[in-house]
Parts: sequence; C-alpha cells; structure tokens
Amino acid sequence: MVDSVLSVFQGSRQESVLFRSRWLLVAMLGIVLLILLRDTLPDWATTPPDSWTGNLPLPFLVFGDGFLPTLSIKASSVAGWFNDIVHFLRNHEIFDLFTFRDVTRGVAGLIVWPLNFSEDLLISGFSDWGIPPIPWVITAALAGILGWYLGGWGLGLLAGSCIVYFAVFGKWKLAMTTLSLVLVTAPIAIFLGLLLGIFAINWRLFEKALWPILNLMQSLPHFGYLIPIVVFVGLGHKAGAIATILFALPPMAKITILGLRSVSEEVLEAGVMAGCTSQQMLWRVRIPAARPTLMVGVNQVIMQCLAMVVISAFIGARGLGIDLLFRLQTLQLGRALESGIAIVLMAVALDRLSQALSEKEPVRKPEGRFWTVHPHMTAAGLAVVVGGVLAYLVPEAAALPREMTVTFAPQWDVLIKAIVSALFEPLSFIRDYMPPYVLIPIRGFFEQLPWTVFLGAVTLAGWLLGGWRLAAPSAAYIGFIVLSGWWTAAMVTTYLVFVAVVICVIFGFPIGVWASRRDGRTRAVAFLCDTLQTFPSFIYLIPVIMLFQVGTISQIMAIVVYASIPVVRYTYVGLRAVPHDIVEAAISSGCTPSQILWKVRMPLAFPEIMLGLNQTIMFGLFMVMIAGFIGGNYDLAREIFKAKAQNDAGLGLLLALCVAFLGLTADRLILAWANRRKAQLGLA
Amino acid sequence: MAEPVILCRGLWKVFGPEPAEFLARHGSNPSSEDFQETGHIGAVQDANLDVQPGEILVIMGLSGSGKSTVVRCLSRLVEPTAGQVLFQGTDLLKATDKELIEIRRHKMGMVFQNFALLPHRTVIDNVAFPLEVQGVDRAKRHDRASEIIELVGLKGREGYYPRELSGGQQQRVGISRSLAVEPDVWFLDEPFSALDPLIRREMQDEFLRLQNLLHKTIIFITHDFDEAIRLADRIAIMYEGRIVQLGTAEELVTKPATDYVRAFTRGIPKAKLLTVASVMGPPEEGQGDGPTVKDDQLIGDVAGLVIGQDKPVAVMDTSGTLVGSLTRGQVVDVLFTDGS
Ligand SMILES: Nc1ncnc2c1ncn2[C@@H]1O[C@H](COP(=O)(O)OP(=O)(O)OP(=O)(O)O)[C@@H](O)[C@H]1O
Ligand SMILES: [Mg+2]
Repeated sequence: MVDSVLSVFQGSRQESVLFRSRWLLVAMLGIVLLILLRDTLPDWATTPPDSWTGNLPLPFLVFGDGFLPTLSIKASSVAGWFNDIVHFLRNHEIFDLFTFRDVTRGVAGLIVWPLNFSEDLLISGFSDWGIPPIPWVITAALAGILGWYLGGWGLGLLAGSCIVYFAVFGKWKLAMTTLSLVLVTAPIAIFLGLLLGIFAINWRLFEKALWPILNLMQSLPHFGYLIPIVVFVGLGHKAGAIATILFALPPMAKITILGLRSVSEEVLEAGVMAGCTSQQMLWRVRIPAARPTLMVGVNQVIMQCLAMVVISAFIGARGLGIDLLFRLQTLQLGRALESGIAIVLMAVALDRLSQALSEKEPVRKPEGRFWTVHPHMTAAGLAVVVGGVLAYLVPEAAALPREMTVTFAPQWDVLIKAIVSALFEPLSFIRDYMPPYVLIPIRGFFEQLPWTVFLGAVTLAGWLLGGWRLAAPSAAYIGFIVLSGWWTAAMVTTYLVFVAVVICVIFGFPIGVWASRRDGRTRAVAFLCDTLQTFPSFIYLIPVIMLFQVGTISQIMAIVVYASIPVVRYTYVGLRAVPHDIVEAAISSGCTPSQILWKVRMPLAFPEIMLGLNQTIMFGLFMVMIAGFIGGNYDLAREIFKAKAQNDAGLGLLLALCVAFLGLTADRLILAWANRRKAQLGLA
Repeated sequence: MAEPVILCRGLWKVFGPEPAEFLARHGSNPSSEDFQETGHIGAVQDANLDVQPGEILVIMGLSGSGKSTVVRCLSRLVEPTAGQVLFQGTDLLKATDKELIEIRRHKMGMVFQNFALLPHRTVIDNVAFPLEVQGVDRAKRHDRASEIIELVGLKGREGYYPRELSGGQQQRVGISRSLAVEPDVWFLDEPFSALDPLIRREMQDEFLRLQNLLHKTIIFITHDFDEAIRLADRIAIMYEGRIVQLGTAEELVTKPATDYVRAFTRGIPKAKLLTVASVMGPPEEGQGDGPTVKDDQLIGDVAGLVIGQDKPVAVMDTSGTLVGSLTRGQVVDVLFTDGS
C-alpha cells in the first residue's frame, strides 16, 4: 500500500509538472480562443436568442371530452410550460371531483393538528380544557435533564440555559413557535425518510428511480421548495412546515439506504439463521444494527429542519425567522442580533442533543431503588412537581411578564455602530477597489462567455473524466439552462459564486493548512467549524449586513462566510488523513517538514480538498439565493424573489432547477475527478 | 453407515450476471476459461458431501476456495445454482420460505467468524434472540439462555453489551446463541480465526468439551491445519470451488488424491498424525526379542524408542499378534521429510 502510493506519487512528480503546464496551456489556449471566438461567433451562439427559448416545441396533454387525454405539441417557453402544468394541477378536477391542489391542501391540513398541539403545550395552553401551558421553569428543567441524560452535566447546562435565555430575553413565544415547528416536522421527515429508505432497499427499481430524485432535491435551493408550496398549500405557517419536511427528507432517505445496506453481511446471516421472518429481519436486526448511521441522519434532519424553518419566514412561517427577517429588513441590527443569538443557541443545543443521542450507547442498568436505576426519570418527575408548585405560587415562574424580560438591543446597537465605524476605513479598501478591478471584469467575462463554449467545455470535461455516462447528463443540465431562457441570469449567478468560492479558497485553504499542523489547532478549528456549521444559513446575513449593508459585495460576503467552512474542514481533514506510514517513509527519506507538507501530504490530500471545494460550491449556490434579497444583481436569485412576489410557481421552479443543475454539474464533475484521483493514489 | 444428516450432490454455486443460463449453456460443466470469458465465478463446483450424525466434518481450503459458500448453500443462506441438498432426508432446495424458517428455528445453528452479535442487545438478549423470534415468552427464553451462558462460562456477564466483552467472550456468546434452540446441525464458519492463538487454543478445548456433552452433527470451517487435526473426524479439502478430497486426516496425508492435496498437507507434523500401522513394513522373520510397539500408536510417541534401535522394531496389534516391523529409516522419513 505504502509502496504503491509512494510510487504513484513519485511517478506523478515529473508528471505533475507536465500536468500543471498542460492545464495551464489548455486554460491559456481556451482564453485566447474565446477572445477570438467571441467576435467571430454568430449572435445565436453567444447568447441563446429569445426567439428560441420562447418557442420551444413542448408536449402537452390536452384533456378534452373523452376520458383519455390527447397529446399535442405547442410552442412555448419552459417557464410557460411549467406554468401550464401547475395550472393543470391546480384546476383540473380528477374525476370531476377535486383537483390535485385540493389533495395537497387536504394533506397539508393534517399538519395543523400536531402543530397546534405542541404550540398549545408550550405557549398558549389548551383553552378548551382550561389547561395552562407548561411553565417555562419546567420546560427549562426538563431540557436540562434531557441534556444531562444524553450527554452529562455540561450538555444539561447548555440545554437548560438556552431555554432560560428565550424566557429572559423575551423571545419565549417566538422561540417556542420555532421549536414547535422543528419538533413536529423533524419526526415526520425522519419517519418518511426511513420509509423511503426501507422501500428502496427492498425494491431495486424503486431505489434506482429514487436516487436521482434525491440528488436533485438536495441541490434544489430553499426557494425551489417554498414557491411551489405556496401554490399547492398556500402562504403561512403550515406551508412552511410542509416545505421543511420536504426539504429535510432527502438526507434521511439517503442515509437510511446507506445505513441499512451497511449492516454487516454476517449479522444479517445470523438473523436469518435465527429464523427471522422478513419483518423480524427488518425491525429486529437491520434497523437496530444500523442505528448509529440512522442517528447521524436524525441529527442532519433536525439541523436541516431548523435551517428551513427559519427561511420559511419568507412564505409566512411564524417564529424567530420572521422576527429576524423583519428586523434585518428594517435594519434594527441590535434586535436582529438578539434573535440571531436565539436561533444560534437553539441550533447548537439541538445539534449537541441529537449528536449525544446518536452517540449514546446502551448501558447496563444498575440495581437498587427506583431513583438509582432511573435517576433521570426521578429528576424529571421532581422537576415537574416542584416547578408546578412554584408556578402556582409565583406567576413569574409560569410565564415571565414582558416588563421582566431584558434586552440589550440598544447596547448592541451602540456596539455595532462602533464596530462598523471602526471598520469603515479598513473596509473601504474592499468597497472601493473590488468592484472596478475584480467584480466588473469577472462579471464581464461570464456575461460574455458564449453558451456554446461553456456547454462544449463542460461536455468535454465530462467526457474526459467519465466518458459519455458523465458527459451526457452534464451536457443535459447545461442545455436545460440554455433553453430555459435565463442564460444570462444563470451566468451572473455563476460569476457571484465563482468570485465567492475563490475568496473562500484564498482564506480557507491556508487556515486549513495551519490547522492541520498541530493537534491543538485542529481541535480548536474543528470545534469552530462544527459549531458554525450548525448555524442556519440565514444567520450569516446578520454580520454581512452590519458591515457591508446591501449590494453585490454583501451578497458575495454572505457566501464567503457561510461557504468557507467546507474548504477549511476538508483541507485539514485531508492533510491529517494521509496514512501515517507514508509520512514516516517520507521522514526516513530525509524530508524536511515543509517538504513533507508540500510533496507528500498535499498531493495525497488534494482529492479530499477538492471534495471540500465541491461542498463550498454547493453551499455557495444555496447562499447566493438566500442572499439574493440584499444583492440587487440581475441574477437567478433576484428573479426567484420576483417570481415569489408574483406567485409565479412555474417560473420559480424553473429558476430553482437552473440553480440545481449548475450545482449538479459542478458536483458530478468534481466528484468524478476526485474519485479517479483517489483511485490512482490507492486511497479509495 | 447411518443415514447422513446432510447429503449434497452435484452442488454448484455460480456468481455473476446470469448464473443459471451460464451453467446450462456449458452443459453443467464449464471450464475455467468459460468462467473467465463471461465474468462468472464458480464459487462452488460440483460438490458432493455427506455428513454423518454426530461427526465433526471440517472443511479446509485457501481463502476464496468456496468453503463459506458451500456451508451457506447447505443452510440455504445462499441459493445454490444447481444440485441437490438433502437435510435429514428432505430436499432443502424445495422447502418453502416458511419451512425454511422452521428448519432454521429448530434444527440449525451457526457461528460466525466475526461473531455477528447484535450490538444493541445484552449478552442474554443476544443468546435468547433465536427463541425470541420464535415467540418464546421472556421468562422461559431467559431461563434457557442463562443455562447456556453458564455452560460456556460466561455466568455473571448476562447484562453486558457485546462491546464490553473480549473477542473470546464475544465468540462464547455467538456459540451460546447458536445453541439456544438445541439444533441438530451446527455450522461453524472459521469461528476462532479472529482470535489470538492462545485464546484460540482455549476455545478449541472449550468446543471439544461442549461437543462431548452435546454430540451435535458439526460442519466446521477452518484454514488452520492444526485446528482441523485437533477437531476433525473427517476433513474435506476444497480447491477452486471443488471438494478435491474427503477423508480422515491420516488418509489425506498418506493417500493424497491430487498433487494439490499433497502440497497442501506438506506442512503437517506427520508424527502426530500417522499411526505405526500406516508406516510399517511387512513383518520380518526372527523378530520377537527386543522392544515392540503397538500398531495404533502415533509415530511421534514411538520415535524415541525406534530410533534408539539398530534393528527394526516389531509391531503388534491389540491382540498381541505380530503385524509388521518399523525401521529407524521409516520413522526418520516421517519426522523429517516434507511429504513430497
Ligand atoms: N456474493 C458474492 N458475489 C460474488 N462473488 C462471491 C460472492 N460471495 C463469494 N464470492 C466469491 O466466491 C468465491 C468463494 O468465496 P467463499 O467466501 O466461499 O470463500 P472462502 O473459502 O470462505 O474464503 P475465506 O477463507 O476467505 O472465507 C470467492 O472467489 C468469492 O470472491
Ligand atoms: Mg469464508
């Protein structure tokens, strides 16, 4: 293993010089060719003309008098076509009884029950029955005990103090509304994901169909869910819940499939030999044995749910998200910060709790009295009784009255002002020089890049990396964007993400390298990355708006702060994961530390680092859409906000698909490259 | 001979894109080139085997020779491509899913190389698992499980989780689980390969002790010759999917059926395996004075005596009649040649 890796890598030393110069040559040639081509190419080959994209021959099903529809071809744009489908689903009455939208609304209506229940429980009480809501002291105590049970005292303290923060800082109602949404949507998403996963491992065909759909869903930006949901469910809280469930479902389904598949063959055989029926195999062997993996999925679902619940504010979901959105829009930065902190606290607490849950191994039960066997249960019982009595005697322990809550918003405002004015001078450099010398030229490049060249380059790259199996879908993705009629907007989005990703690499890569050099640094940076990664993406807008107000730079900076994390993480992980014996071999051949880094670790870690870049691009595409409302560029994000404002579901879906296809193209190409390189290095 | 507990005839297991068609196309006897060309793997090829009640049959062979696959065909964990398997006289390959579950619930037990314990269950719940899936009530299955746990020397660890046990202890749990339903046939697929040599030896002793108590019919896979010799009544040697020889250890060494078996058995310490009877020459005239040896003694046990003699030593059978003679040269051959 060591030998093979070392030899590949010695071989690649001469080769890599070659490689580098070859790639450089290709890039230079490409640019020269491009400049020549741009003037010689006919207009239609530069920007897809409207006369095409508006008149595509697209198939329609026409429902006439008969029972069966007839197929006809009509000239239309893709957006128009999408809208016709939406219109059909909205208005066509199945069996003359109800429309598809009636079905979706009916199903969505079911979510109201558990939502109301948990909100009654936590916030408003069951007025019909005269039952008050749970006093906040009990909620805090129970959260603390849950944390204690799952992860010890520290976690208990964290979970408990979060709840206390919500109460004391006057965010009780908002926070509990958001928490309710998560508590209702996450279990549903987990259940549905589990179900899909179980179906998939039982029916190969279903899995084959499901997997690409899940991939697409995972690269669809948040608005790709929100806009259609508005049409089929409506605006408001429950629509937010439905969007959240759909958004959080794909990772759970994927992890379920992987987890259930990864159960060792022997364990399964042991189950069969014990005489399990197929039901027993599933519930008593497969699922319990896959529990650690499934729990990773549970953690992901919870975090995805929280992120989406916050963003669902855009379609009217109540809670901390809409508070934050409102305060950002009205530039009440101190208040926004306090809401942001509440969201962050909730994110960190939920993440740590669910992670502790997934790491919790079953333990032997001690023997003795009830409270020694079940100390947590006893504590919970005590908390309810003591808290109940307390709340009965002291009304403040049941619900903190408004005048007793605190806010540091004015102080925050002062502090923010101070920071902003202190940073104004240093940052003016960015504000003054970035647009003319960096942004405008790069933007020009992307805007004028002929679609034929882009499509050709992507197809060629796909073909070189994975043959037609890779080239064909990549070409189809880009082809879709060309025909969609939003080529220029897509290129502006590409330019924004490109600039942001370059900045991410410029900052993130050195940090990752620095962090990889010592255990202590790695631990610190890992902790930071883990924590930052749990924050819902929306939170990252707060500091950006504080420092850069609104505009292109803000939009780019929002992507940078959010999307740098994967570059940092994959860099130090990749560098540290280099097999130890290879490093020892290098040391014994007399390499200096910097030679080890650059000649041994770096080439071996490079595929992993590229996977980080891949993630950064995906994160960037998500953030570029969220930050769209502060950007003001002619990009896909602005168009999607417009589509949302006009309730144009077809257009919204189309634009979201464009983003997804940009992401999928980058994803598939980079993944193919990284896997091939890993295989060459014998690291796969 | 009694009726075999398991009998398999012409058993094939082919992996690949279309195993059944492949086998049919080549008249049920494809050559190794045929396999290569079409990308099929002949994991088991035309295997014939009979397992007698109460015997320990050991299957040996190199990694990838098809040992595990044969055993999995016998328990129908994998579906054979062709052939016949009779389990206690009934055709196992015709059994319905329901019948199979019944057979596995009551007649078969299996022990796995990497223990295959369920990580979320305590020792006692792991052992009781086969009873639980049958619907035996909790008190009853725990009684039975405790009994076996005590038998394998794990008493006091009932409430432990697998991760809290050493490898040897985990395999004791695996063994207990496979015995919980009192199976007639006991399959063990390299049960001790994942253990340290010292623990392995201890577990072999334990295994023999259990077998003396329980008298199961056993199919035991190993690739360790010492282990095979210690445990086996008969040994089947597999090579590239075929069972090339089936016989006692002594037969394998003295009458290897193929060059492969000869090469395979070369490293065996024969002195511990061969009896005087299998090595001795015809009786010589005029023997009677001097020391004698019994014909069923192992060469290793008589070597010191024979080598100290100038003349051949007389060999007697149990009734005391002269049956042969053993020379110093014959003993030295056994001790120092590699059998080739
Ligand atoms: N599910 C499968 N699909 C394809 N090939 C398989 C499968 N299972 C086993 N094989 C192949 O069948 C052959 C025999 O495998 P088997 O596991 O029976 O060998 P073994 O003798 O038990 O080896 P080991 O000592 O490594 O356990 C091997 O070449 C193996 O690669
Ligand atoms: Mg095997």
